[in-house]
Amino acid sequence: MSGTLTIVLILLVFIIVYQIGKASEYATILRDEAKVNKQTNRLMAWLLIAFFVFGIWGIWECHQALKGRLLPPSGSVEGVEYDAMFEATMWVTGIVFLATQAILFWFAYRYQASDKRTAFFFAHNNKLEIIWTTIPAIAMAALVAIGLKYWFKVTDDAPKGHAVVEIVGKQFNWLIRYPGADGALGARDFRKIDDANNVLGLDWADNKTKDDIVAQNGEMHIVVNRPVKLVIGSRDVIHDVGLPHFRMKMDAVPGISTTLWFTPRYTTKQMQEITHDPNFVYEISCDQMCGKGHYSMRGTIVVETQAEYDKWLAGQKTYYAETHPEAAPAAPVTEAVADTAKPVVSK
Amino acid sequence: MSDVIIQGPNVAHAHAGHADHHDHDHHEQHFITKYIFSQDHKVIGKQFLVTGIIWAIIGALFSVFFRLQLGFPNDTFPIMEKFLGEWAKGGKLNPEFYYALVTMHGTILVFFVLTAGLSGTFANILIPLQIGARDMASPFMNMLSYWFFFISSVFMFVSLFIQTGPASGGWTTYPPLSALKEASMGSGLGMDLWLISMALFVVSSLLGGLNYIATILNMRTKGMTMTRLPLTIWALFFTAVLGVLSFPVLFSGFVLLIFDRNFGTSFYLSEIFIGGKALPHIGGSAILYQHLFWFLGHPEVYIIMLPGMGMASEILSCNSRKPIFGYFAMIISLTGIAVLAFLVWAHHMFVTGMSPFLGSIFVLLTLLIAVPSAVKVFNWLTTMWKGNIRFNVPMLFAIGFVSLFISGGLTGIFLGNSALDYHLHDTYFVVAHFHIVMGVSAFFGMFAGIYHWYPKMFGRFLNPTMGYIHFFITIIGAYLIFWPMHYEGIAGMPRRYYDYSAWTSFNKFEGLNAFISIVAIAVFFGQLLFVVNFFASIWRGRKVTTQNPWGSPTLEWTTPIRPGHGNWPGEIPEVHRWAYDYKDDGNGNDFITQTTPLKPGEESH
Ligand code: HEM
Ligand SMILES: [Cu+2]
Ligand SMILES: [Cu+2]
Repeated sequence: MSGTLTIVLILLVFIIVYQIGKASEYATILRDEAKVNKQTNRLMAWLLIAFFVFGIWGIWECHQALKGRLLPPSGSVEGVEYDAMFEATMWVTGIVFLATQAILFWFAYRYQASDKRTAFFFAHNNKLEIIWTTIPAIAMAALVAIGLKYWFKVTDDAPKGHAVVEIVGKQFNWLIRYPGADGALGARDFRKIDDANNVLGLDWADNKTKDDIVAQNGEMHIVVNRPVKLVIGSRDVIHDVGLPHFRMKMDAVPGISTTLWFTPRYTTKQMQEITHDPNFVYEISCDQMCGKGHYSMRGTIVVETQAEYDKWLAGQKTYYAETHPEAAPAAPVTEAVADTAKPVVSK
Repeated sequence: MSDVIIQGPNVAHAHAGHADHHDHDHHEQHFITKYIFSQDHKVIGKQFLVTGIIWAIIGALFSVFFRLQLGFPNDTFPIMEKFLGEWAKGGKLNPEFYYALVTMHGTILVFFVLTAGLSGTFANILIPLQIGARDMASPFMNMLSYWFFFISSVFMFVSLFIQTGPASGGWTTYPPLSALKEASMGSGLGMDLWLISMALFVVSSLLGGLNYIATILNMRTKGMTMTRLPLTIWALFFTAVLGVLSFPVLFSGFVLLIFDRNFGTSFYLSEIFIGGKALPHIGGSAILYQHLFWFLGHPEVYIIMLPGMGMASEILSCNSRKPIFGYFAMIISLTGIAVLAFLVWAHHMFVTGMSPFLGSIFVLLTLLIAVPSAVKVFNWLTTMWKGNIRFNVPMLFAIGFVSLFISGGLTGIFLGNSALDYHLHDTYFVVAHFHIVMGVSAFFGMFAGIYHWYPKMFGRFLNPTMGYIHFFITIIGAYLIFWPMHYEGIAGMPRRYYDYSAWTSFNKFEGLNAFISIVAIAVFFGQLLFVVNFFASIWRGRKVTTQNPWGSPTLEWTTPIRPGHGNWPGEIPEVHRWAYDYKDDGNGNDFITQTTPLKPGEESH
């Protein structure tokens, strides 16, 4: 009932607006049309300038209202540079934005029709064209230069001494694998996947898999100030490992493995202090549409000190031991590789 | 056609000759050949426009539904159940259908409204009228173009009503999600219908595009050199070229997807475990599809943008009573945009694991495209400088177009820089960017065009009061909706989420999301105001009584107020000058029509 009522009401409003529109059209014709048109023209010029002024005020208000909800300081060392670059781009584009919008609305107001003037016939001027081709070109070149420097840095190999963690997306959660004591991720094969006891399809014939640790709760542990490289994969469709607090993301594509690395700067605890939020957690969001549960594909990252990490690690069972209870006690300990920084590849 | 009065010194009154195009030959045309299977470009243009408007209402209505979910994730809206039935049981959208709505909204708006509805309409109506031709090079192909679009629309429409729902993998329909029935409900029959519909759509736009190109190149009237063409025609020309060269690539991408879906091939599939079993596919590349898609996808955004640019140029110049500034610079920048549009597609794929070096090339080319875009903005601004500006409704929309193009173009500079896209990709920043520049700005170009050429299409005016209200609701609403979205994106809020409540990083935008939804719904009703105005004015609008109501030099205004098939009774006028001679004609007018011969001693532009 209230639905029909709403519809009737809306229709009524439309009819009224339409009648007002028609009435004002007739009125214009009845009164001196030229005069009415002049008044309308002046009114519109005013409204445009008002729109601009209120718009700028609105932008300011919007900023005041929302700036507190932006992300806390970057959680990664690399992200600090990202934020600086973002700010530089903001300045460049912000200035251009203000200048061009101001000119647009000012010209509209300033050059509104008037009987006293005629328009100035001004068809072209090559000098102007050259100026406003070169200046944006130079500005763009500068932005490209800064951007590519950073881009090549973050897409280059992770620095020596980095840790490795694998993260694999599936509909609709994240599986996380640590290389274990040997520092190497063992081979996996999608044909060996079995949701009951081999979620990643680890190839047990490869000894390197035996000490790998797999977490299915979507919680990743990493050590503060130590670069970590994520080896990213997908079991089914494309997902994306989004790390807003670290200012980066990378797709998880079935059939290939992608990577991304960063150096966490603050532990979760430190971040809780910085944000004055005792519940703060680093979140992993899926950023590539992957089906109906896409919006719930949430992971978390715990950034902690080496000591805390070691303690946590000591409490973890290898995935082999977890899935082969009969083979207990514990997985065969391959001789620990001291240098966990050795480049490790999953295949 | 008896209300036709032809005046002006250069329009021949001769009723002899050209019997084949003479309008009284068409008097006894049957309703069906006149209005339905018509081969008259003007009627076909209107068919595209009306179909586009209907689709726009559907697409916008969908956005209202999913904005209700986004803005009020904890509430129920029984009214939705009325519309959507099972899909919104108890007034709450089902997540799967949420994604279906988002997908359909994107597909409908991008392809059916802003491609077919926009360039289909204006290429049809304006090309023959502004270049001085009786019709398209092939009126029959032109008719087919509309009917292929119509059949394509039918398929898409039908897909809304099937049990498993329409496609739901996003308007970009990336495989494997879109390739595997197990991956999502919308990847079943809905996806097949989507692909059939889009394949037909490609056929439609190729038939149309080839025709537009052939017409512009070959059928200009005497004296209408390429450099005397209005910029609308240049823009529509490049639009057609972009479409003709890039739609086939999209088509190939779709064909491979159809094969992967139905015939067991592995173009896009590799090493997949889904639905409890490992699939046999090995060696395909999911990323290949993205290359094929975006090879059209990026030119597509310019296919949407260029007609608006052309029309805004025309309307800004006409209502500033000044020639467009930098006519040649405008053509060169259009050319630059058209060429570069083909060389930047992978900026949508910076974080797919693509080679960083390749990425860097695309950064360079992408930011390069900002240069011709900037040139166009500066030329528009200078066109208004020292003008004598008339703020009729089309002019307001043209000004709004420029404002929005600036706002949205500037955020492209963030996204085009891979280093910044590294964080911003697939967040609401992207949503804000493309809605402002492609969504709203292109719509403003379209509205400007509709308000400006409505008198030519229907012989009546749209109601200006309603037009003004429509303009202010839309521009204020658009900024209120999309400006704050940038903040959400900077905070990393991912797009295409059904509900953010569980995310501590993003649920702080709950209030903002509600605000955006409320404005979006208000703007939706604002658009219905336009729809009412549009349809009511066809029959009740104020009649056009002068041949050239806006005082424009271009050719379409030398036709009768309601031109018949063939456009000009008698001979097609000859053109003597460019389209922007806004100077004193010596008879008290501040413009000189293109058909006016040069005065002795006067130099051509
Ligand atoms: C200054 C010029 C522009 C630049 C540098 C630029 C750059 C970009 C980039 C890099 C992206 C990808 C963002 C991402 O997915 O992470 C993007 C997205 C997009 N842009 Fe632009 N853009 C520009 C102008 C335009 C124009 C004029 C249009 C439309 C008319 C447009 C429409 C779009 C659309 C539709 C998307 C998103 C597609 C999607 O992912 O669904 N852009 N833009
Ligand atoms: Cu996802
Ligand atoms: Cu693009």
